[in-house]
Amino acid sequence: MSHATHALEHHTATGLDNRKVAIWTFIGSECLFFASLISTYLVYKGRDTSGPTPDEILQIPLVTFGTALLLFSSLFVVLALNGAQRGNRKAMLGWLAATIICGLFFIGMQVYEFQHFMHEGLKLQTNLFGATFYTLTGFHGTHVTIGVIWLITVFITALRGKLPPEKALNLEMAALYWHFVDVVWIVIFPVVYLMK
Amino acid sequence: MTSWARAFGRTGRVAPFLVLALALAACGGTSAEYPQSTLHPKADFARMIDGVFMTTVWWSLAVFILVEGALLYVIFRYRGKPDDAEPNQVHGNTTLEIIWTAIPALILAMIAVPTVRAIFETYEVPKGGDVLEIEVVGHQWWWEFRYPEYGVTTANELHVPVGRTVLLRMKAYDVLHSFWVPQFAAKRDVFPNRTTTLWFRADSTGYYSGQCAEFCGVQHGRMAFHVAATSPEEFDGYVKGLQATAMPAAAPAGTAPADSAAVRTTAAAPVTTTTLAATQQGSQTPAVRPAPRDSVPPPAPATPAAGSVAEGQKLFAQRGCVACHSINATKPMGIGPNLANVGSRRYIGAGMLQNTDENLALWIKDPQAIKHGVLMANLGLTIEQARSVAGYLRTLK
Amino acid sequence: MATSAVSHSAAHGAIHVEKTGLWSWITTVDHKKIGILYGATAFTFFLIGGLEALLLRIQLGTAENTFLTPEAYNQLFTMHGTTMIFLAVMPLSAMFFNYLIPLMIGARDVAFPRLNAFSYWVFLFGGLFLNASFLFNAAPNAGWFGYANLTSKQYSPGLNIDFWVLGLQILGISSLAAAVNFFTTIINMRAKGMKLMRMPIFVWMSFITQVLLLLAFPVITVALILLTFDRVFGTHFYVPAGGGDPLLWQHLFWIFGHPEVYILILPAFGIVSEILPVFSRKPLFGYAAMVFSGIFIAFLGFGVWSHHMFATGMGPIADTVFSLSTMLIAIPTGVKIFNWIGTVAGGSLQMRTPMYFALGFIAMFIIGGLSGVMHASPPADLQQTDTYFVVAHFHYVMFGGSIFALTAGAYYWWPKMFGRMLNEGLGKAHFWLMLIGFNLTFFPMHFVGLHGMPRRVYTYPDGLGFELMNQIETAGSLLLGSSFLIFIYNVIRTSRRPADAPADPWNGATLEWALPSPPQEFNFAVEPEVHSRDPLWETKRERGGTLPEPARVSSAGIHLPNPSYWPLIAALSVLAFFVALLMFAHTGPWPMVAAGVMLFFSVCKWAFEPAG
Repeated sequence: MSHATHALEHHTATGLDNRKVAIWTFIGSECLFFASLISTYLVYKGRDTSGPTPDEILQIPLVTFGTALLLFSSLFVVLALNGAQRGNRKAMLGWLAATIICGLFFIGMQVYEFQHFMHEGLKLQTNLFGATFYTLTGFHGTHVTIGVIWLITVFITALRGKLPPEKALNLEMAALYWHFVDVVWIVIFPVVYLMK
Repeated sequence: MTSWARAFGRTGRVAPFLVLALALAACGGTSAEYPQSTLHPKADFARMIDGVFMTTVWWSLAVFILVEGALLYVIFRYRGKPDDAEPNQVHGNTTLEIIWTAIPALILAMIAVPTVRAIFETYEVPKGGDVLEIEVVGHQWWWEFRYPEYGVTTANELHVPVGRTVLLRMKAYDVLHSFWVPQFAAKRDVFPNRTTTLWFRADSTGYYSGQCAEFCGVQHGRMAFHVAATSPEEFDGYVKGLQATAMPAAAPAGTAPADSAAVRTTAAAPVTTTTLAATQQGSQTPAVRPAPRDSVPPPAPATPAAGSVAEGQKLFAQRGCVACHSINATKPMGIGPNLANVGSRRYIGAGMLQNTDENLALWIKDPQAIKHGVLMANLGLTIEQARSVAGYLRTLK
Repeated sequence: MATSAVSHSAAHGAIHVEKTGLWSWITTVDHKKIGILYGATAFTFFLIGGLEALLLRIQLGTAENTFLTPEAYNQLFTMHGTTMIFLAVMPLSAMFFNYLIPLMIGARDVAFPRLNAFSYWVFLFGGLFLNASFLFNAAPNAGWFGYANLTSKQYSPGLNIDFWVLGLQILGISSLAAAVNFFTTIINMRAKGMKLMRMPIFVWMSFITQVLLLLAFPVITVALILLTFDRVFGTHFYVPAGGGDPLLWQHLFWIFGHPEVYILILPAFGIVSEILPVFSRKPLFGYAAMVFSGIFIAFLGFGVWSHHMFATGMGPIADTVFSLSTMLIAIPTGVKIFNWIGTVAGGSLQMRTPMYFALGFIAMFIIGGLSGVMHASPPADLQQTDTYFVVAHFHYVMFGGSIFALTAGAYYWWPKMFGRMLNEGLGKAHFWLMLIGFNLTFFPMHFVGLHGMPRRVYTYPDGLGFELMNQIETAGSLLLGSSFLIFIYNVIRTSRRPADAPADPWNGATLEWALPSPPQEFNFAVEPEVHSRDPLWETKRERGGTLPEPARVSSAGIHLPNPSYWPLIAALSVLAFFVALLMFAHTGPWPMVAAGVMLFFSVCKWAFEPAG
């Protein structure tokens, strides 16, 4: 992106690229988005009068595995970024692929989980747990999906040789977003799955 | 002339105060001019609120005169011309900043202290004495009032005894409403999923108006109610009158008491006008004991005279009114307003119309034309039929 | 003594002739053009909202009036509020953010010019979407804060609330994108030497506003999503029958709603803080106090939301906490008023139209602020809330505050934006008619509210004493409305005159006045360097008074962002997505998916096209 070259040449008051500031700003805003969803979940926790409850239906082992995958994927994307910044094409592509695969697995786990719950009688409309659970984890899953799509786009760009070290910021932005999505899950996982 | 006087000029000095005086004059008014005013409290709760309110008014007025006055002063005092010398380029004054941070803080403290006191006092239902609990249910677009202590229910007109603390336990039937009776207890929102409370002890008799104060749909604007604060004796009589609408009586042989669930009753004692009239509060002892008045009236004789109360009563029973309206204050239905004493209420349609015979008939004939969207359907009655029903309802007092 | 704030380029080459056709407006990424687009669109919506208000006032002018049916009335008051807040005041502020921020900080444009254009188009489409509801006789009708559970499918079965929910989501996207943009711009693109505490106060207030937007809008986004799920998917977030709580809506809404009112007023504070010093010929009194009070207000603004809920019976502790926090927020607000008075005091007041409106702002805002303090006391508020008293309060701060200030800004920056001075005589006539009309309309509302008139009522009976005050209010509103006819006439008349306004007609203190009126597309030929607040005053002082009229110079060697239509296409995709969501019950999910694909496609094209 030619704009990237120009952007780097422009002096900025913080010394950071505009796009980096922007992605952090956006992430800050998104924190409030998830805070509202998590608060709603907490407000309605334990107020069900019918339908499946968390204790009955949540599958901790499966989700713990998914959580671990997501956490590792954050490490992988850091390694990918490192590779990109140093011009190490193999490292960049390899670790980026690993990140994407972890992300896809996580999404797959969630899709499986949702389907399983619906078979067990927990739908969005069933009770407050259904409503808050699917909404919170569903929106998180949507963010993961957008992140995966973004990472795939960056991967394809890199594959076509269009991600030299000077343009590593493109990967860095996706990586920052990915970390954010991971951090949100680090809050959701204990609140939804572990808290009694 | 001092620069201050020069700055204002003669009219400038007087004008702000004239405006203020006019404004204050517009404020007060009397209870008669403004029957729903918040400024003429008639109960202890509202007086507590009024006290705090007046505190904020005086402080606000003082601040207004000072600050607005300072603004007007500097505007006039420092008028300049384009070729004036550049004024002193002052950037600020830390001392002033501290002063004009501290003084407002102090003034706010003077408001905060009585505020917090009143908050706690108004949440604290007075104990001791005989608290009268009343349940309030807000419906789209009318008010239901129940007296659990007496086992009766009414609608849109709340009677309370002066000098006795009333505790309102309030809910909504459908959406959010707000019960606002300015002279007694300000307002409290009502919810479908939780109970909110208000309390007050009225200290003067009278007939007061209140209104829903939370937007609740198409007819929110016409969801008024009235409060009749009466002497304890009158209140007793009122309650007894409501209770009497369920007065049991020996049914004539061969008839079964009407079933509140049935839309149409089978056989029951014919009810004559005199008998019904005799159930009114304060009337002479009837010659015949009143027939049982269950939630459904027994049907009138086979072909009552057109326009008669008896015809009205028959229409009431047969044309669907009984699906929503009970005429027995001890057996509420809660779908439509209880009509046990509708004949004596001053208003109908939740404060919409004065309760004249003609208004009542028009309402019965076509409520949608009067209060569009109201949940009472047009029952397809002719105006004559509507008048009959109105005549019948007029006897329910 | 260092380099001056603005130097004059000796660049050679042809002067860049700016395109002016329709296509140039559709593909523009120039913050100045986008600002004008915001302004024109927002002013149109303001007139629509004003018309809605006039209809309401005609209905209320007589007791038991039948000019409007209750259904029509409820749609009109809802749309009046929603329009004024989201389609008028906010985008009018956005006009000033767009036009002025880059100029005031010495930048060539905002951080993300195409994102900027996207924000405008999404705003336009959001406003059109909301107003399209009228075509279906399904305009939103549950008030601008749409309390649950009236807004549930059961009690609002039509499309009204769906239009409202989805329209607001569209507008939220616009606001959020713009907030990221301006936040980044202000943080990152200030000219050399412009430390944060040297920024123009308008930039500071705008900066704080962007932070509020970033933190508050996600909350209403969630609130609206939950309502959408209730209505479309049958969840029970706000539906009591399924265990939901209508109060959750109130909390989520007001956690957004209260910061929202500061979003509406802070830019106004900034505008007035720029105008008063120029027309008093002395600097803003207490700049640091103004900055920190603004920050404090924003921070505290997240801690007062339940003062909108004093009638819900939250209990004495909650009532007390929110009462005290609300009173606390009055302190920095008062500090600002005193500093404005301190700015004027000791000055040499040049009474021109912008100054009239700026002073009028202070006078009206004092009144609105005081009625706000009265509301801060829950016992008093228990009588006032949901009555015309609170309608008076918020109109004093929103109209007497924001609109007066935005009008002041319009008169002040008109010459910079359009190269023409608005007529002074007409401007003053506008001011007086507006001031008188405004006070006639809204001052009696304090009284009619205290005398028992609730808000949002489509009529009132005879005999409660409301009629006289309502008649005065209606008459006032007609005066108020006609004051804007004067403004419109002024604008049209001025547009016919040659664009020959000087660069610095008012003796301004900030960098925009160093550029030609209107500035060239690239703003500054050479990036300025500042050494103080009020950089232009400093420069003029160094040069012994006035500056020569700046020349228009060549844009050779200046990198300008390319125009682009992808922001428009992306905005259309957003609109398509929400229209599909509105029709979801009829059409299923595939139109939404298609719109999503179109959005993804246009974002990719946008991301990969060369920027300049």
